[in-house]
Amino acid sequence: MAKVMLDFEKPILELEQKIEEMRKYADNLDIADEIQTLEKKVDQLRQSVYTDLTRWQRVQLARHPDRPYTLDYIEMMIEDFVELHGDRGHSDDKAIVGGFGRLGKETVLIVGHQKGRDTKSNLYRNFGMPNPEGYRKALRMFHLAVKFNKPIITLLDTPGAYPGLEAEERGQAEAIARNLFEMSHLPVPIIVVIIGEGASGGALGIGVGDRILMFENSWYSVIAPESCSSILWRSWDYKEQAAEALKLTASDLVEQGIVDRIVPEPLGGAHRNAQEVANTLKEILLEELKALKKMKPGALVEKRIKKFADMGAWKE
Amino acid sequence: MAWFRRSQENIQTGGPKKDVPDGMWTKCGGCGEIIHRKQLEQNLFTCYKCNYHFRIGSKVYFEILLDKKTFKEMDKKIRSMDPLNFVDSKKYSQRLDEAVRKTGLMEAVRIGTGEINGLPVVVACMDFAFIGGSMGSVVGEKIARAIDAARLKKHPLIIVSSSGGARMMEGALSLMQLAKSSAKLAQLSDAGVPYISIMTDPTTGGVTASFAMLGDVHIAEPAALIGFAGPRVIKQTIGKDLPKGFQRAEFLLEKGFVDMVVHRKEMKETVSKILTLLQN
Ligand SMILES: [Zn+2]
Repeated sequence: MAKVMLDFEKPILELEQKIEEMRKYADNLDIADEIQTLEKKVDQLRQSVYTDLTRWQRVQLARHPDRPYTLDYIEMMIEDFVELHGDRGHSDDKAIVGGFGRLGKETVLIVGHQKGRDTKSNLYRNFGMPNPEGYRKALRMFHLAVKFNKPIITLLDTPGAYPGLEAEERGQAEAIARNLFEMSHLPVPIIVVIIGEGASGGALGIGVGDRILMFENSWYSVIAPESCSSILWRSWDYKEQAAEALKLTASDLVEQGIVDRIVPEPLGGAHRNAQEVANTLKEILLEELKALKKMKPGALVEKRIKKFADMGAWKE
Repeated sequence: MAWFRRSQENIQTGGPKKDVPDGMWTKCGGCGEIIHRKQLEQNLFTCYKCNYHFRIGSKVYFEILLDKKTFKEMDKKIRSMDPLNFVDSKKYSQRLDEAVRKTGLMEAVRIGTGEINGLPVVVACMDFAFIGGSMGSVVGEKIARAIDAARLKKHPLIIVSSSGGARMMEGALSLMQLAKSSAKLAQLSDAGVPYISIMTDPTTGGVTASFAMLGDVHIAEPAALIGFAGPRVIKQTIGKDLPKGFQRAEFLLEKGFVDMVVHRKEMKETVSKILTLLQN
């Protein structure tokens, strides 16, 4: 199996492969001790590499091609999922998926960005970059959730809203703005989870809610590090510095008062044990929903607006 | 950081220095005509020949929109804290310092109250000259306060936008200002208070993807660039030249995203007419 190797985790993955190899011969050869020694070594290596990741390394993990995407989480967490399609105006945007399903005993609306895994599916999903109709499709579903009084869960994972010619013609900016406006006063609980890439307005366009959760190895900022590098440093080569400067990790965003809770991932990233991560997320979502459901709709909306109104840093 | 210590009074506020030409004669950006400053001023900084609209700042715009001596500025002392200690090729705190010195402004937006033909309004106007009119925490907070003031007084809100988008140097905090201003506008809308959004050249990125596109009525100045992604990025994406007039005010009118394209000289009367109709 060809594994995707990020530059900084190469020594770990190589050692893991070697151990796997050795295991095949362990029955015939007396190498159990040797395997054990190597396992200890790889464990130490994992600890030292993964527990002290730089911001850029986390961006790389957030983009890992094996990382679970929205539909993976839906499959692992949600029962009786019914996917809905289309914005009823233009078309069905494949970069945003959503529908109703059961989380535990609770019917929820779950909506998220969807990336593809290979060239073909990436073209189909437009690399997870929505057009305006994607945001309008999401909004149509949000209104259904309100009509049937169901809580909303959104999963954010996009390299950005699509910067195309038709996207502008059909009002990309208006579509995102409309969602921010509408989401801020929908009278049902909304939980937002950044599961991978949270690139700017394209992510925020389905990201206004009562609770903002963020995966340990995801990123969320006003711009991708590469684009930031190209604008501020006038070169694509300063992405590491840009990632540092933007302070875009989950713990950074908790510090900035934007993110409420970090969803832990196994050492090495969510793809190392997707089911475990899905179970953790499900548990957390149920706990958060239970608390939010105690609030009256009016109080919920008021608190949500205040939450965002408090964001920012200034002095006078 | 010296600029924190400097007192407000010593700074010449609101003098748009970069966008409005300083010399006596100015070349029109549209047709190349050489225009005398006096004539430019009389024409509200538009070309008498081709109607090209020069970029102007909040000072001139408040004069254009509001009745004489009615403008009262609010919250002029709010300033950025450089929350991320952001450094690229330059420190963000230094960029702010330079912007204050260069423009005589404190931030990329000014807000306040005033009257339009005797009708009390709350106004906000962005200054492109201040770090490209970018929206960080302070712009978001001042827009939010203007919206709150409009809601509490029940006076119509007018926001004049000109911006390159969200301010990179405040990272996710800048991004959250999109949600913040939009959430506040939802409250204003629920209270039934009118909001007119005026888009001037250029209105792009996060400002377009939030408060600029959320007006009850959208007015654009002729030929103003209005969009989400910048033309350069779109050109890179599609690998083709962009059609003539793409993302200009008239294009948005055609596509249904602005209600009208209005010459600066007609702006005050147009706004006044709309507000009178809505409020009577
Ligand atoms: Zn001209």
